[in-house]
Amino acid sequence: MRSYWAVVSARFRMLLQYRAAAVAGFGTQLFWGLIRIMIFEAFYRSTTASQPMTLPEVVDYIWLGQATFVMTLPYYLDLEILTMVRSGTVVYELLRPLDLYSLWFSRSVASRAAPTLLRALPMFVAAGLFLGLRPPASVASGAGWLLALLGALMLSCAISTILSVSLLWTIAGEGLVQILGSAGMILSGIVIPLPLFPDWAQTALNILPFRGLLDTPARIYSGNILPGEALPLFAHQMAWTLAFVALGRLLLARGTRRLVAQGG
Amino acid sequence: MREGIRLYLRYISISARGQMQYPASFILLTISGLLATGGEFLGIWALLHRFGSLKGWTLPEVALFYGIVQIAFSISDATSRGFDAFAAMLKRGDFDRVLLRPRSSALQLAGQELTMRRIGRFSQALAVLLWSASALGAIWSPAKVGLVVASILGGACLFFGLIVLQATLAFWTTESLEIVNTVTYGGVETAQFPLTIYRPWFRRFFTAVIPLAFISYFPALAILGRPAPPVLPWIAPLAGLLFLLLALRIWQFGVRQYCSTGS
Repeated sequence: MRSYWAVVSARFRMLLQYRAAAVAGFGTQLFWGLIRIMIFEAFYRSTTASQPMTLPEVVDYIWLGQATFVMTLPYYLDLEILTMVRSGTVVYELLRPLDLYSLWFSRSVASRAAPTLLRALPMFVAAGLFLGLRPPASVASGAGWLLALLGALMLSCAISTILSVSLLWTIAGEGLVQILGSAGMILSGIVIPLPLFPDWAQTALNILPFRGLLDTPARIYSGNILPGEALPLFAHQMAWTLAFVALGRLLLARGTRRLVAQGG
Repeated sequence: MREGIRLYLRYISISARGQMQYPASFILLTISGLLATGGEFLGIWALLHRFGSLKGWTLPEVALFYGIVQIAFSISDATSRGFDAFAAMLKRGDFDRVLLRPRSSALQLAGQELTMRRIGRFSQALAVLLWSASALGAIWSPAKVGLVVASILGGACLFFGLIVLQATLAFWTTESLEIVNTVTYGGVETAQFPLTIYRPWFRRFFTAVIPLAFISYFPALAILGRPAPPVLPWIAPLAGLLFLLLALRIWQFGVRQYCSTGS
């Protein structure tokens, strides 16, 4: 376990070097969130009918999405693994006295958590003070949110590790990742909050894994889902995570069996 | 001029052939671009489905705004890659080589790459625009079709101009200023909807500072037959072209005072 922790902390420190990129990203996201909020304000002013979410809940949802999407959307491919596969140095990974799946999984945890911490904290301050983000609905909602966020991180890393493993078969993996990312975007709630989709789509959205990435934590935070009702949602996140970990391990075992290391 | 165009065509045909060397990757990236923007439109559809209308604007009307700005952006995105990657080029010192050649630097950068996979976003947006055109019914005249085309071209010029400005800033900062993405990507997001839905300061910003309103909102008013100022909607797309020309002038100023990093 200690060695995986070392992988996490080393990647973490490396990624924290890119502060300028984080500042620029932060400004862009604030502006973006503001546009989204104005659009939703206009929609809510266009109707008097009651909606499955209130406008303040939507505002929370947007800011939480902006603050944490780097962490919870499996949109980014681990470029170093891509390079390793292309150049062939991936065989060194096999020499390490570590479980390869756990190694790649830990890399993925670190590369998500570090930029998120950089972005999320200032965003909570800025959006909380000036732009309509409310504190969690209650202490229990806040605790439930943190738990769901952890679940989202694990789910996201399980999906993204499968994508890294898929590179062993096709180095055109970039496209595959982006296709999955595009589908994941709309199905996770980053484009519009999932409850605002038509009612007939809700069952499918609730079963698919992607809501666990963003929709679940955001709605627990704002009290749209009460802490008492959250248990099945944690189970949903965990079940999908375990399924993706199992699939990832299976694929990796097959992939490394095919791998042939050429000469010295 | 004629020779410049010929050279540009030659540049981009080489770039296109290069990208076609990896057909699987090209197809997957194209599909993903199509899905990404398709997803955004799905979101707009879902919102209008749930809320009925957006302050009196219907789905086909919003789709017209969406189609114009997304097509415009996909054109600029496909053609501006050279300027987009300019900061990195500057850092490597490769820009010095560009300066040694007896052709304008803007032409060479524009000819760096024609990003073929943007055809995904382009065709998705075109499909939305065509659907909107048929759903809007009998409002069309040759002049209005011309105005749609002019708006798209004006918009492409505007976004191209923004990317040129972003590249120009790199002469002084040697960093790519990601903050400009705020007005490019943010502008695309904004112009997917009629400008009237936003707060006044925001509308003023995207009218007076970045002339986004001129390439989508004003022309769309005339096309949809909504109350609009007289003549303005019909000449508004020119603002995009003027913006690009201005951006290129600033670019030339940047080139003249450029001093290599020496790397």
